[in-house]
Amino acid sequence: MSAPTTTPATATPSTKPVRQLGDRIFAGSATGAGVLILIVLAGVAVFLIAQAIPAFTASPAELPGGKSLTAYIGPLVFGTLLSALIALVIATPLAVCVALFITHYAPRRLAQGLGYVVDLLAAVPSIVYGLWGVAVLAPASLPFMTWLQDYLGWIPLFAGPVSATGRTMLVVGVTLAVMILPIITAVSREVFLQTPKLHEEAALALGATRWEMIRMAVLPFGRSGIISGAMLGLGRALGETMAVAIILSGSGIITFNLISSSNPSSIAANIALQFPDSTGVAVNTLIASGLVLFVITLLVNSIARWIINRRREFSGAN
Amino acid sequence: MSKAVHAKDLNIYYGSFLAVEGVNIEIKPKTVTALIGPSGCGKSTFLRSINRMHEVIPGARVEGSLTLDGKELYGAGVDPVGVRRQIGMVFQRPNPFPTMSIYENVIAGQKLNNKRAGKKATDELVERSLRGANLWSEVKDRLDKPGSGLSGGQQQRLCIARAIAVQPDVLLMDEPCSALDPISTLAIEDLINELKTDYTIVIVTHNMQQAARVSDFTGFFTIEGTGKPGHLVEMDETKTIFSQPKQKATEDYVSGRFG
Repeated sequence: MSAPTTTPATATPSTKPVRQLGDRIFAGSATGAGVLILIVLAGVAVFLIAQAIPAFTASPAELPGGKSLTAYIGPLVFGTLLSALIALVIATPLAVCVALFITHYAPRRLAQGLGYVVDLLAAVPSIVYGLWGVAVLAPASLPFMTWLQDYLGWIPLFAGPVSATGRTMLVVGVTLAVMILPIITAVSREVFLQTPKLHEEAALALGATRWEMIRMAVLPFGRSGIISGAMLGLGRALGETMAVAIILSGSGIITFNLISSSNPSSIAANIALQFPDSTGVAVNTLIASGLVLFVITLLVNSIARWIINRRREFSGAN
Repeated sequence: MSKAVHAKDLNIYYGSFLAVEGVNIEIKPKTVTALIGPSGCGKSTFLRSINRMHEVIPGARVEGSLTLDGKELYGAGVDPVGVRRQIGMVFQRPNPFPTMSIYENVIAGQKLNNKRAGKKATDELVERSLRGANLWSEVKDRLDKPGSGLSGGQQQRLCIARAIAVQPDVLLMDEPCSALDPISTLAIEDLINELKTDYTIVIVTHNMQQAARVSDFTGFFTIEGTGKPGHLVEMDETKTIFSQPKQKATEDYVSGRFG
């Protein structure tokens, strides 16, 4: 009876499969790089939490503004999310249209030129966009904002009164939209170009017009790419410092009024503006707001991943 | 429903390159016509010119006359989109839309036609089309699953179901079995035999046994050499082509003495 129990042991020799040295080195360095990025991320998180704790434990009177931590960071979070949201709502549809034009409508030579221009725009530093926003867009948009107040003033977003300088939340949102447009366009364009010819032809052979073909084959295929691009853009808009700092003079209020002169600032802009003059607990408070931004970005990315994964089996990757 | 295709002195170009020259062919309704010939001889190009898919490639164009029941397909004011809705196509590699379920794949063409049908009528259409493609019993319990989860042969039959769901006048097949195993191939060939009672079918194939098995008529395309245009050597009843062809080139090809 002992034979059956011993046979499997001899049948499965315990030698490991041979692995080439080059393969081992590559596997090791790739794992190392992966671990390193996790360590850096953990280090940042530890730093933020450690430095933010004094702000959490301090009494409200010690904090800048003299009220509670939530009262200080709340409007900043609101301003950050609102400006990024405006930017995303404006930029994403526009970017998808530009990418579709480049990949499916423009003549080949024009498409190539446009592609380069878009990539170039993505490389322009954000301070330049900020300057453009404050020097050109803000004054130029005054008549438009007045029009919004006159005709759409019943919507709380455009209640006014219109800021005399034009430096409003709406202008920030538009500036950020222009800033993130190239990133979303570039990512979407790459994905649209990857659409299998096979699927485009399947749609065309069924008698689809070009627009129907795009809706049937290109957009569903590029969906996860569009979301990834939008998240990259959103990340940039959330963390944008200079453009917001230059245009807005934040006043720590929460309002959906996009065209008035009193606006909430954003977390990043607030840190940049306040940090040089801060000491003690004020520094900790700023870092605490940075921690909040860190968490928001993580959340946004997780939600995007979740959206992409939800329809994974329909993604065309299998 | 099923219509005749008639080509007269048809020249097909890619830009300035003449790919296929002087095709004269008559395809009768409710028959299966196989197009055979060596690689690069232009049989697929000719097939794609029938439903105007050829011109999807930039610079591609056609000269001569191609009619569907007497109506010029390349006439002025003829919308290629309309032509493709009348003439369905099945491709070499199965290409169900990966982002759609099996059900949505079948009604994709119906949706394009903007025919608003009730849920019941649509369900019936899906069942009829899938039954028509001999796929119903295999997928009826998972219509909401993605089409890309099926096997290659099932995917190809799904594509056929998608093509016949819009009830085209003609069904074009571009090497529909070349990516499939023998059993799936047999399933498709049986299906072609059933479909010809309703449709005019034109099939391009590299497999001469397949042409002999499924088709009523066979056209043989060949090419003199690289850079020369392909042309139709002869077209006749399949048994004639495979037993006593008129042209020496055809005989050499079907008997395996090509070159």
